[in-house]
Amino acid sequence: MTASSVPARPGRPGRARGMAGRVGWGVLAWVVAIAFFLPVLWMVITAFKPESAAETWPPRFVFRPTLSQFRLVFSGMGPYLTHSVEATLGSTVLVLLLGVPAAYALSVYPVRRWRDGLFFFISTKMLPIVAAIGPLYVIALHTHLLDSIWLLIILYTAMNLPLAVWMIRSFMLEVPREVLEAARLDGAGRIREMTSVILPVVRPGLVSTSLICIIFAWNELFLALNLTVTNAATMPMFLISSVPQEGLYIAHLSAAATVASVPVILVGWIAQRSLVRGMAMGAIK
Amino acid sequence: MTVIERVAPAPVAVRPPRTSARRERWQRRLPLLPALVFIIVVTQIPFLVTLWYSFQSYFWDTPGGAHFNGISNYKSVFTNANFRSALERSVIMTVVAVIVAMVLGVAFAVLLDRKFFGRGVVRTLIITPFLIMPAAAALVWAGPMLDPSFGLLNYLLAPFGIHHEAWLSSHALGSVIVVMIWQWTPFMTLIVLAGLQSQPVDILEAAKVDGAGALATFRRLTLPHLRPYIELGILLGSIYLVNVFDAVRLMTNGGPGTSTTNLPFYLYEQVNNAFDVGGAAATGVVTVVLTIIVATFALRMFASVFQFEGGGV
Repeated sequence: MTASSVPARPGRPGRARGMAGRVGWGVLAWVVAIAFFLPVLWMVITAFKPESAAETWPPRFVFRPTLSQFRLVFSGMGPYLTHSVEATLGSTVLVLLLGVPAAYALSVYPVRRWRDGLFFFISTKMLPIVAAIGPLYVIALHTHLLDSIWLLIILYTAMNLPLAVWMIRSFMLEVPREVLEAARLDGAGRIREMTSVILPVVRPGLVSTSLICIIFAWNELFLALNLTVTNAATMPMFLISSVPQEGLYIAHLSAAATVASVPVILVGWIAQRSLVRGMAMGAIK
Repeated sequence: MTVIERVAPAPVAVRPPRTSARRERWQRRLPLLPALVFIIVVTQIPFLVTLWYSFQSYFWDTPGGAHFNGISNYKSVFTNANFRSALERSVIMTVVAVIVAMVLGVAFAVLLDRKFFGRGVVRTLIITPFLIMPAAAALVWAGPMLDPSFGLLNYLLAPFGIHHEAWLSSHALGSVIVVMIWQWTPFMTLIVLAGLQSQPVDILEAAKVDGAGALATFRRLTLPHLRPYIELGILLGSIYLVNVFDAVRLMTNGGPGTSTTNLPFYLYEQVNNAFDVGGAAATGVVTVVLTIIVATFALRMFASVFQFEGGGV
């Protein structure tokens, strides 16, 4: 890159400087990103170590990778994994079943006080659920829901429904008014309008809404820790159980943390574009 | 027990008089009802029960169950120094984490808004901490990253004269806040990035033609445009971060002493270690009242976030 190639016009940076600047930004972005990602990378690296190589000073970067930690993790996580999948998918399906009609009633044919409705939903997110944890336990005990997967499904649905209603509503506002009117002139009832006009348009939005619900439900610890023991214990609790009272555990913990995080990380990576769109639209609009 | 903002009612679409107005209203209301009833039952009943228990003496480990004891639970909440310090700590943790995460988020978003080699990969790397399970993040930071005798951080900081620092004892609160920031910066980045990318290009071009510097353009044009996005990020980030529990429970267990005990962890301890359901309920009610006050102000302050676009046919 020669500086003399293009004489810089007054008031504008020359092309060489522009190019160098662009490379500089790129390098800076890469350095920041790698530093930010380092803990995740270190977790994955440590997961492949034998326990003896995980607890050394200085930390070892060269070692013979082993799958023994993963084998141990896979042998123990069966029930936890099942519970997590049940609670996550169950609550996400329920969120959609409740949220789609609600969003419809707040956007396409809005009820009279739809603003109050929207604010009511979001205000329930501001109530700290931790404040009610003792009474929740007592209620769960008396309704025989303690330590059951249904309890988690119900609570995770309530946890995710407000955000989902906001998001789905914003996607429904995107349905062109003319299309709705044309469908109505054709004599489409509300059900058919829903299935053949609205749902096809909002489908990508529903996918990104579901993904956000899946992420929050999969990662939830507080309620699971307080309200389940064995019959509904989820993956975050499996993680905690992988830290023993004594002895070496760093490599085993890293393997468990990797396995527990990977599903959601992959979902998020694949869906990152719709995540951005969903999160920004869900509330900005 | 909820914060309902009263805003001017939406313009009601006028319907042809063919259907009776009453029937029409119920047709509109019907799809909303299941979600509304569900959320009222699941989120409001526990709080009513909390209110009830807050006037009872009820310990898990004492036989005889609950009995009424007036406002003595509330008296002990307000005279308890631990409650006040947990409250203060919650505020500090949330405010610091949200502000730093937002500042970093804006910086990262500005970086990601430019074209460079491997931008997609860089964005993927940066959002990953938001996706990782908070329990996993807390345990990985507490162990492989921050362990005093073999943690990676001490190794990386050794050239700077730091030797086997026991971060979780010496800088417990800071360590927890760092993990909160680490997990929530990507969220802020994504929201701000969405804002940046929605900025009309022609205005930026015009500013350039007019000879505005990059910094001036950012301050005068970009930041005002980003405002609702930043407010939204702060609002949502605060809602989640004020409830942070995993990092506290799994990194420091509220300690050393009570130096990292925030409100959620304090409530958890009251129920799980002191078995004091009544006391925890009173603490919970006070927390909820404080939350409602703060939330009311927050919603008013961030009103520009909620620029509603009315729907309806």
